[in-house]
Amino acid sequence: MATLFQGLPSSTAFSSSNKFNHAPAPTSFSGTWNNERKSSIVTVRSDARWSPVLNSATHKPQRLITNAVATKADSSLASTSSKPGHELLLFEALREGLEEEMERDPCVCVMGEDVGHYGGSYKVTKGLATKFGDLRVLDTPIAENSFTGMGIGAAMTGLRPIIEGMNMGFLLLAFNQISNNCGMLHYTSGGQFKIPAVIRGPGGVGRQLGAEHSQRLESYFQSIPGIQMVACSTPYNAKGLMKAAIRSENPVILFEHVLLYNLKDRIPDEEYVLSLEEAEMVRPGEHVTILTYSRMRYHVMQAAKTLVNKGYDPEVIDIRSLKPFDLHTIGKSVKKTHRVLIVEECMRTGGIGASLTAAITENFNDDLDAPIVCLSSQDVPTPYAGTLEEWTVVQPAQIVTAVEQLCQ
Amino acid sequence: MSFSATNFAQPRPVPVGIRSNEKSLSSDPFRFRFRGSPSFLGSPHSLRFNPTPPLKLAIPHCRRSTAAAVTDVKSSANMLITKEEGLELYEDMILGRFFEDMCAQMYYRGKMFGFVHLYNGQEAVSTGFIKLLKKEDTVVSTYRDHVHALSKGVPARAVMSELFGKATGCCRGQGGSMHMFSKEHNLIGGFAFIGEGIPVATGAAFSSKYRREVLKEASADHVTLAFFGDGTCNNGQFYECLNMAALWKLPIIFVVENNLWAIGMSHLRATSDPEIWKKGPAFGMAGVHVDGMDVLKVREVAKEAIERARRGDGPTLVECETYRFRGHSLADPDELRDPAEKARYAARDPISALKKYMIENKLANEQELKSIEKKIDEVLDDAVEFSDESPLPPRSQLLENVFADSKGFGIGPDGKYRCEDPKFTQGTAHV
Repeated sequence: MATLFQGLPSSTAFSSSNKFNHAPAPTSFSGTWNNERKSSIVTVRSDARWSPVLNSATHKPQRLITNAVATKADSSLASTSSKPGHELLLFEALREGLEEEMERDPCVCVMGEDVGHYGGSYKVTKGLATKFGDLRVLDTPIAENSFTGMGIGAAMTGLRPIIEGMNMGFLLLAFNQISNNCGMLHYTSGGQFKIPAVIRGPGGVGRQLGAEHSQRLESYFQSIPGIQMVACSTPYNAKGLMKAAIRSENPVILFEHVLLYNLKDRIPDEEYVLSLEEAEMVRPGEHVTILTYSRMRYHVMQAAKTLVNKGYDPEVIDIRSLKPFDLHTIGKSVKKTHRVLIVEECMRTGGIGASLTAAITENFNDDLDAPIVCLSSQDVPTPYAGTLEEWTVVQPAQIVTAVEQLCQ
Repeated sequence: MSFSATNFAQPRPVPVGIRSNEKSLSSDPFRFRFRGSPSFLGSPHSLRFNPTPPLKLAIPHCRRSTAAAVTDVKSSANMLITKEEGLELYEDMILGRFFEDMCAQMYYRGKMFGFVHLYNGQEAVSTGFIKLLKKEDTVVSTYRDHVHALSKGVPARAVMSELFGKATGCCRGQGGSMHMFSKEHNLIGGFAFIGEGIPVATGAAFSSKYRREVLKEASADHVTLAFFGDGTCNNGQFYECLNMAALWKLPIIFVVENNLWAIGMSHLRATSDPEIWKKGPAFGMAGVHVDGMDVLKVREVAKEAIERARRGDGPTLVECETYRFRGHSLADPDELRDPAEKARYAARDPISALKKYMIENKLANEQELKSIEKKIDEVLDDAVEFSDESPLPPRSQLLENVFADSKGFGIGPDGKYRCEDPKFTQGTAHV
């Protein structure tokens, strides 16, 4: 599983190296971290090195910015020689983010099945119970609805719980609590109680895990008012989004993907927090905007390789924020390329792609030269057989064909 | 005050339930069958469940509860309550009763809408429990939550204007009858679906334990009360939370207001074993049954349960046998219940019973009690007037409380956060 993706650049365009400090890429490309709003201790410069912001010499975490307009990286900022960062796997990045937040705030706690002594089924919480104790990293009985509700009650009374669903699909059992309580109680209480909970877990189609372990819960949860949903796809954004979700006063659902946990990449040593509402520019381009998230990002990047060889210049955006959509980044891109392809893992009906199509049509219809194309998984329970499973999910070849058709 | 003549004379030993380490007691299935005649639940006789075998009473090992029949106390010098306490209890029950009656009136006059569930008849449970709490203790209720809110200290004005849907309501008019919340008074709902409040209550109790053990706050001994009905006791969330609460010894008390009816479904028709208090010991916690029409008995049981939770000895399941005098909600024609059953329970009206007790024991006279009723009448008239005159929520309130942090609405096409859009504060933005 890990090897399949190691060859793919996780955070940069077609460069074969995964190191952050590679030689400057084509002029329009400014590196993954440059487009992040200056919300963290680290700003990433246009040459993809990163340096500490001048006034954070004391390592005090800066306030998350309130101004949404991107501040251009100031090239006159003296850059001290950037630290090389450290390499780790995505699940380790999640754990690092989680651990840092637990150290920072004693009210942050984790609850879920096998998160404590077992260390988490995907090792995201490994070692944390030994460090923080059994109450802060709570092994729950198998009662998703109730322990999710318990987390919500704890959040309402001052704690900041992270509720883990061993598989996102199990959270279907917690739908009552997530919809009625997590999403709505801030409103129905007239703003008296906030619910700063994070609900996280792996979802998506894996390797022959069968229909019930291969679900895409983002399509079911997206209608719930009052929650935010984000999906991580690289070790860098996994850690940043985990920290942002924990610090957020809103309930956030963080979608991880079963197949991405062993992605390896290098992330900064300095502390950084990403914005929950922003999308990530993966590869700037001119011909077509490809919007994607989570695992499909890698299928898209693989297709992008082929497309570049055929002479196309796709712009790839990892939308990251599934609810709400970052209409600014998306809109800018649509206005540039006038063609949109959405590649998602949700099912055709009612998925994130369906909502995104509607949102783009509503807001940017005049900028489109062609109808939006949305590639989603088939409306089929994910079969066990490998061949069948492959055909339910969008593959790079389909993406290439779609772009070719779109750009005719 | 007790329901049948057979139990009138002797103090009814209330089964307290076993601790999980008292293994020797757990094997005897008859140990806790102190029940009176099989018709104690008051259902029509034709719906009788499996008749209990002849009772084997008074197994000596079981601890007798302090909840003695009220009539027995009359002769002893030790009153269960002082005069001040008695008046406080009386006032709280009158407030609850009169408030609910006013709600019915207002509903039929078109001042409030939707589903309104009234608490008439069950006041002893709310008053008996909540009046023993500190302000920092938490109460979690269901859709039948007006009186829990009032007992916890939420002003009648705030509750009434919430019911009227006004901006001055305790939830700014956004919650309604079934969603009473008050941060100041630690009232966490108000829930529309049965059972969904129980995990939230478990979470509040978990918070309390966390504060004490992880954050090392010595004064964090707050307890949580979760109120719910007999219908909820067949719901999975109930059992899942009994398990977790007992497992982690959370400071919570599960208060079952068994009024025998879940809308039109009799408890006996829905439940394989209708004795809910027995389900506590199955999870390793104390299970208590109490006469929920007798506020003093409820209070005694509540005292013990609250003390147990406060000192860290874990949860208690208390089943209060009670009755609602009105239908399930104001939309319920209430045709299914046997009038004889209703009459039987009406004769056990908790307010009349307390009044009788106070007067017979010379704790108060007619005049004092009447003046309390007058005072409550004035409180309610004021509440209605306040609610009538309060403004309806303006359009600008529409989007305000969807998120604690309004950045959650995302970034608009112009690059600014949507919540910075002026249409947002006016409530006219499309989200």
